[in-house]
This record gives sequence, structure tokens and C-alpha cells, in this order.
Amino acid sequence: MKLVVTVMLKNGVLDPQGKAIGHALTGLGFEGVGEVRVGKRIELELNAADDATALAQGEEMARKLLANTVIESFKVELA
Amino acid sequence: MRAAIVVFPGINRERDMAIALTLATGHAPRMVWHKDTTLDGIDLVVLPGGFSHGDYLRCGAMAAQSPIMPAIRAHAARGGLVMGVCNGFQILTEAGMLPGALLRNSGLRFLSQDCHLRVENAATDFTRHYQKGQVIRAPMAHGDGNYFADDETLDRLEGEGLVAFRYATTSGEITQAANLNGSQRSIAGILSPNLRVLGLMPHPEDLVDTLMGGTDGLPLFQALAAA
Repeated sequence: MKLVVTVMLKNGVLDPQGKAIGHALTGLGFEGVGEVRVGKRIELELNAADDATALAQGEEMARKLLANTVIESFKVELA
Repeated sequence: MRAAIVVFPGINRERDMAIALTLATGHAPRMVWHKDTTLDGIDLVVLPGGFSHGDYLRCGAMAAQSPIMPAIRAHAARGGLVMGVCNGFQILTEAGMLPGALLRNSGLRFLSQDCHLRVENAATDFTRHYQKGQVIRAPMAHGDGNYFADDETLDRLEGEGLVAFRYATTSGEITQAANLNGSQRSIAGILSPNLRVLGLMPHPEDLVDTLMGGTDGLPLFQALAAA
């Protein structure tokens, strides 16, 4: 099966990349651009007995390595 | 003082660090590969700067999972000295050995230039050859040095004297302009509660000889040699 882990900076953590992209979009003439946040999408294939096991493993992977929970939040889903 | 430098794939400041340690201690440090698992007989463990594992995922994230890390944790738990510079600081935060995280520089640029640091705590084995409030020059070279921690953590660091260095002007003022990477409260370096683990973004090891353009970093290594 395939897992998708989405990692985003937590609210309140400054996202200078998002800010720069927002400025660039406004500079290109796109109107009404508000806050822009940049994150990561990690897709990974996993051999697991069932969906629940896969999701539990994904959560552990995210906590241990894929996300830094000091600054990031994450979401684990089945693709 | 028996020092070890941990070599992770992708780091590039280990030789600079070895020069500084050799100069101050009189003998060469032991180079320890990241896949090694012991640090027997070592007083000081140094995690040098560079781009471990290509900075993939997050700076220091992969290195923080290295086989050598349990030995570094055990060394710190025994009260051993640990210093992480630049990528080494990022690795220590990723490993949870120091609080907070290093985010992308607020201006998004990789900063390779000198900065000035105000010594905030001169009563540590790293800083006792400086005076509190003294301003030193140090080269910086990083894209992700913007120190972040929540307010509670920042208050605790300040309250317990665990801020080692702040970015400052040459006269020691803490200003927004001198805070080149946008760090919270201008923090450039922090200490563990027992003052034995130091992480900092700038490179004192690159200013230890007049041939390098100055010796502002040398007292840090001399203090360590005497520790």
C-alpha cells in the first residue's frame, strides 16, 4: 500500500518561503493572494498487514524522522 | 582534554575544527565516523559544520539518527562536554539534545559573512575565557540558522542563563539589523541546563589564527582545553 505524509510548519512558525512566494504571486499580478504556506508531501510504499498497521507505522515514522514536531505538524493518509 | 570530532557524510568543517582543537589542546582530536558506536576516553565531543546527508528532509534530521548518537547522548548524560557548530547545532536540536529548531534564514539567503556575537554567559567551560557582555567576531555560513523555539522555552532559556551568544552590533547592541538570520531574541547559541552542551550557528573555529584574519574564536578552544 501507499502512504502519503503531509508535513506543514505549525501555525505561528514563520514561513519565509511562503511569504516570498506570496510576494512573487502578487508581483505577477495575481490579486487577492493572502497567506501562503509551504509544506512537504512524502509518498512512501509500505508492506503492512492492514491499513491500520500501515497508518500506525506512518505515524511513528513521522514522529521519529519525517516531521520535526517542534516546528511541524503532520498528517498520515492512505493513498 | 581528549576531544573527538564526529564525521558525518556531507560535513565539511571537520578539518577546520581539528586545526582549532589541535592548536588549543596541543594534540589532534580523534575523528569518529558516524557509524561508530563508542566514545570511550573522550572528554569533549564536537559535531562540526557542513551539510550532513545533503541537508535532505531537514538540516541535521538524518544525522540525528546516526549509530553514534546513543554514545553522544550517553556522554552528555554523564555530564560530558558536547559542542555542535552550525550543522552540528542543527543535529543537536534535531536529536532533542538542545531545545528549539533552526529554520530557514528570514531573508531566505544563504549568509556567508562575519557576524558579531555578544557573550551572554561567560561562566561555562566554553566561554570562561571571555567576559560577559564581550563582543567577538565570528564567521557565519548557513542557510538555516534562524533559531526558533516557543515563548515558554525562550523564557526558560533566558531565565536560566542558557543563552550563550546573541547576534549583536560591534558595540554589543542587540538590534534587528544585527540579527542577520532573524533568530528569535537574536539567539546565536544555547546551552543545556547543566551548561555542558553548547550549540551555536557561527564558526569560532574559523577565527583562531592571525592567518585566518583574527583570533576571536581562540579563547573558546583555550577554555575547552583547560576544562
